Amino acid sequence: MSVARFWRKQDQRYNLMGTECQVCGRKFFPNKSMCPVCHRKSIGKMNKYQFSGNGIVESYTVVHAGMPQYRSQVPYILAYILLEEGDHILGQIVDCDPEDVDIGKKVEMVFRKLGQEGRSGTIYYGYKFRTIL
Amino acid sequence: MRSGIVSYGTYIPRYRITPKDIGRVWGQDGVMMGKSLNIRAKSVPAPDEDTITISVMAARRAMKRSNVEPSSIGAIFVGSESHPYAVKPTATIVSEAIGAAPDLTAADLEFACKAGTAGMQAALGLIEAPNEQIPIDYAMSIGADTSQGAPGNALEYSASAGGVAFLFGKKDVIASVDLTMSYTTDTPDFWRREGMKYPSHAERFTGKPAYFRHVQKAAEKVMNRMGMEPKDYDHATFHQPNGKFPLNIARKLGFTKDQISAGLWTPEIGNTYSGSMMIGLAGILDIARPGEKILAVSYGSGAGSDAFNLTVTDNILSFDLGRSITVKEEAKIGRYIDYSVYLKFREKIKMEGE
Ligand SMILES: [Zn+2]
Repeated sequence: MSVARFWRKQDQRYNLMGTECQVCGRKFFPNKSMCPVCHRKSIGKMNKYQFSGNGIVESYTVVHAGMPQYRSQVPYILAYILLEEGDHILGQIVDCDPEDVDIGKKVEMVFRKLGQEGRSGTIYYGYKFRTIL
Repeated sequence: MRSGIVSYGTYIPRYRITPKDIGRVWGQDGVMMGKSLNIRAKSVPAPDEDTITISVMAARRAMKRSNVEPSSIGAIFVGSESHPYAVKPTATIVSEAIGAAPDLTAADLEFACKAGTAGMQAALGLIEAPNEQIPIDYAMSIGADTSQGAPGNALEYSASAGGVAFLFGKKDVIASVDLTMSYTTDTPDFWRREGMKYPSHAERFTGKPAYFRHVQKAAEKVMNRMGMEPKDYDHATFHQPNGKFPLNIARKLGFTKDQISAGLWTPEIGNTYSGSMMIGLAGILDIARPGEKILAVSYGSGAGSDAFNLTVTDNILSFDLGRSITVKEEAKIGRYIDYSVYLKFREKIKMEGE
């Protein structure tokens, strides 16, 4: 991913910034320019909305052969999370072993390193999740 | 009212390793080593944690406990000796990640383990400056580190990771800063050259002419000017390179064990470097009552000490401590790892292609 492409999505990756439909109140992550329920009525009525980062695990998988950048983290956990405000998000669950994760477990957002462009390039940061103890 | 701390947040990584496990690998008696350093465990950052992620977590927790709008913060300083970038500030990423950007000033500070307390002084200065000259109402200083000792070196038993963010202002102050003074000399006790992974230290200079002299001088300067004696304080905290030095300096200055217990965290989590004394102060504020007096003294190799005299205000009673985790609570939840996992986490193994 290019530095510029990541930078444009910074608010989303750092702060879980999504959108809220002012017509029906549904929240979306990542942001949508039109509400899939209200359609044209929502045009111009989609406001920025910051998600809290709290949610529950709906489904998860354990990755044993991941990207080279993640080799010090294998096996790592990728989860499909239902955010408390509504929408779903795919995220890594950190600071625990695979056997500590279960469907229905409560998670919170943490700020972590997502990757880097080699040893001399930029470092990418953003959201991950961990179980609430 | 005097300016001071409006809110604060701390962050300690979840992983821990014991001196016993470190010693086993190097043929050293880790249990004895832990005893002599007064360290039971040290925190270890996860592979995806660094000074930036720790700073952001601490800053977010400080904001959670306060009703201050992030956009009203006029300055953010991050003091660390382990900034991930040589050029590209940690402070800009923190500013963006707590929603304080873009209308603020930001900078990274360096002064071994006391860069964060130098930032506290700078933050106070900006707030106290005439508003028509510097219109800043809130300023944040963070001390955070993910420090490393060379494998097998004595420092490996103590060098840990953690961070603290203090938000300063004039309104809703929970602990006013009555006085801050410093003591600084050119003492080559500990250093790390650009590009080197691990620090070096001059045995001859650690201890007496470095830590003890600077902490003592700075503490005495503040006590003298305040007209305070050790017995007048409810709490005191000093930089904690290990669990022993702070006990020794406290005794030397005339403080009791009771006075320093709320601010002594290195025995549980290791030396968090720039976070060390600041975590001590946070631990004290976690349990502080209105009217209590606090002495807090940092130390940075190279060398210098910043001393602070603080008074807890009535606002501590309405402070929303419960919106985040206390130092004691987070120090307690540790996931213990062995030395091999620790090596993998801390990138001490040379991997193919590196
Ligand atoms: Zn809608």
